[in-house]
Amino acid sequence: MNTVPTKLQRSRAFLTVFLKEVKENLRDRRTLISAFLTGPLLGPVIFVMLINVTLNRELDKAEKQLPVPVIGAEYAPNLLDALRAGGVVPGAAVADPAQAVRKQDADVVLRIASNYGKAWRKGEPVQVELFYDSSQRDANTSVERVTRLVESYARQQGAMRLVARGMSPSAAWPLQVAKRDQATPQSRAVLMFAMLPYFFVITIFMGGMYLAIDLTAGERERQSLEPLFANPVPRWKILCGKLAAIGVFSTTSLLISLLAFAVVGQFIPAEKIGMELDLGVRFAAYVLLLMLPLVLLLSALQSMVAAFAKSYREAQTYLSLLMLVPLIPSALLSFMPIKAQAWMYAIPLLGQNLGIMQLLRGDGVSAEQIGLCLAGSLAAALIAILATIQLYRSERLAISA
Amino acid sequence: MIEVSDLHKAFGTVKAVDGVSFTARDGEITGLLGPNGAGKTTTLRMLYTLMTPDSGQVLVDGIDAAVDPLGVRRQLGVLPDARGLYKRLTARENIDYFARLHGLPEALLKSRRDALIEALEMGDIADRRTEGFSQGQRVKTAIARALVHDPRNVILDEPTNGLDVMATRALRQFMARLKGEGRCVLFSSHIMQEVAALCDRIVVIAHGRVVADESPDALRAQTGENNLEDAFVKIIGSDEGLAA
Repeated sequence: MNTVPTKLQRSRAFLTVFLKEVKENLRDRRTLISAFLTGPLLGPVIFVMLINVTLNRELDKAEKQLPVPVIGAEYAPNLLDALRAGGVVPGAAVADPAQAVRKQDADVVLRIASNYGKAWRKGEPVQVELFYDSSQRDANTSVERVTRLVESYARQQGAMRLVARGMSPSAAWPLQVAKRDQATPQSRAVLMFAMLPYFFVITIFMGGMYLAIDLTAGERERQSLEPLFANPVPRWKILCGKLAAIGVFSTTSLLISLLAFAVVGQFIPAEKIGMELDLGVRFAAYVLLLMLPLVLLLSALQSMVAAFAKSYREAQTYLSLLMLVPLIPSALLSFMPIKAQAWMYAIPLLGQNLGIMQLLRGDGVSAEQIGLCLAGSLAAALIAILATIQLYRSERLAISA
Repeated sequence: MIEVSDLHKAFGTVKAVDGVSFTARDGEITGLLGPNGAGKTTTLRMLYTLMTPDSGQVLVDGIDAAVDPLGVRRQLGVLPDARGLYKRLTARENIDYFARLHGLPEALLKSRRDALIEALEMGDIADRRTEGFSQGQRVKTAIARALVHDPRNVILDEPTNGLDVMATRALRQFMARLKGEGRCVLFSSHIMQEVAALCDRIVVIAHGRVVADESPDALRAQTGENNLEDAFVKIIGSDEGLAA
């Protein structure tokens, strides 16, 4: 009776908890599917689909024939020829242009005034009207295209009138704007990929979520937490073993996701619109490095929230709400572009977000930025872990019902 | 040996345990008898250090629970009121998990576990996942994992709860066997016949206090009742919450 275990044997507790949790959860199909299939793969798949749809639509719009209903086409045959040359197909007149645009029967409607011919011959300015709805973002490319065609026709005709009067056309344009776009093919991609960091965070989140619920709220609900705590192992060691199991699942999830992005990245026709996208090994390695402290932070936060919940279901509800939090920096950055300051890298989530965007831009991240990002997120993770340990000490935690 | 002196525990204004003292000796079965809500489970939870008493002392084999809770837990085998198993693990894996948490070396673990599986007659279920186990099979597994480290002191909270007649008989025999091995067995129950049949000593708890601490015979003599049931009712002052 009473074998006295040595110190060495007792330090196995962490490993024992970790291995048991991993083994048990590898046997749960729902956890497996969520952590290794839907979680990490849904992001890349949705992403590629969205990007492809967007890109193809942009490309289509630029090349395709554009049907435009024209009212009063008979007054301006030359203008219409110019439009036709630019790929516009003038269509039959519509009775109510405003209505047609609003009902999305046409992206844009052109109306030529009936006095067009008379005014043109007198050399007086004349109006052509474009009807469109700028809240239909879909139609904006078409509107721009027609506007550009009309304006360049106007400029061309104006120049010819000046020449006919013996003046140099340049007299009418004393200033010329030369646009020098500094966007690199990669930085142009950034606009479209602003949500990429959020996908990675969600992947980590989904990878560990079922474990976090199962290992705290679930274990209490199944009434196995009390017998577990009756063992001669400090609770913080048990918690650390559980956190490690959650972390391993979410890291694996992230790895699968990065791999998937590297593969599907090949199928995004980014170069067609002058973008460059590098989702290769180097990118993956940096993302992994930046995300590791976040794995710790999120496992601790998830466990903490799950420990507060009275039941499995309640924990699930809370965690789905928590999942929205990482959306904030991503949304913030994509809607109001801010200039990144050094301190921002130290803020968990925001730092990772900025870092990943830098990588996508092709600028790379500096050692200082990585350092700040890791230090800030690790500090937050440590606080979250300590808070969860504190929560684990409470008497009520173990007691079900 | 488990020595409890003047334990107090309140939840808000409710005094769940209000001055409980008793001693459970080695080689004896001590029964904690009381109606539902008398404070039995709370008392036991303070013994295995899940809860901290507001005041009072718990000594297990001379180790103070307030000073060395891990040391106390090492001396105890506990079947708590909550006895959930890990349903995706087999019975054997459930037992192994607790054995490793106790730091048992692998060789010893194997022999202890196999001995318990045999003693509890659970060889046929040992390699099945515990999902879908009957109540009796669950209790057997929970007892095996609680005793796998060969503790001198065994605490069982309402061990026969939800068991059928055969499983209850088997469990009583097993408890007698633990006593025969010289262990200190402490169990709680609200079933009088069970306590009367098994115990060397009966500690009756009502409203968070010890109202009697005697051998069954002394209890009968003290109350002047021949029948234990009548003796209990007389001690507790009502028959509320007790089962025959």
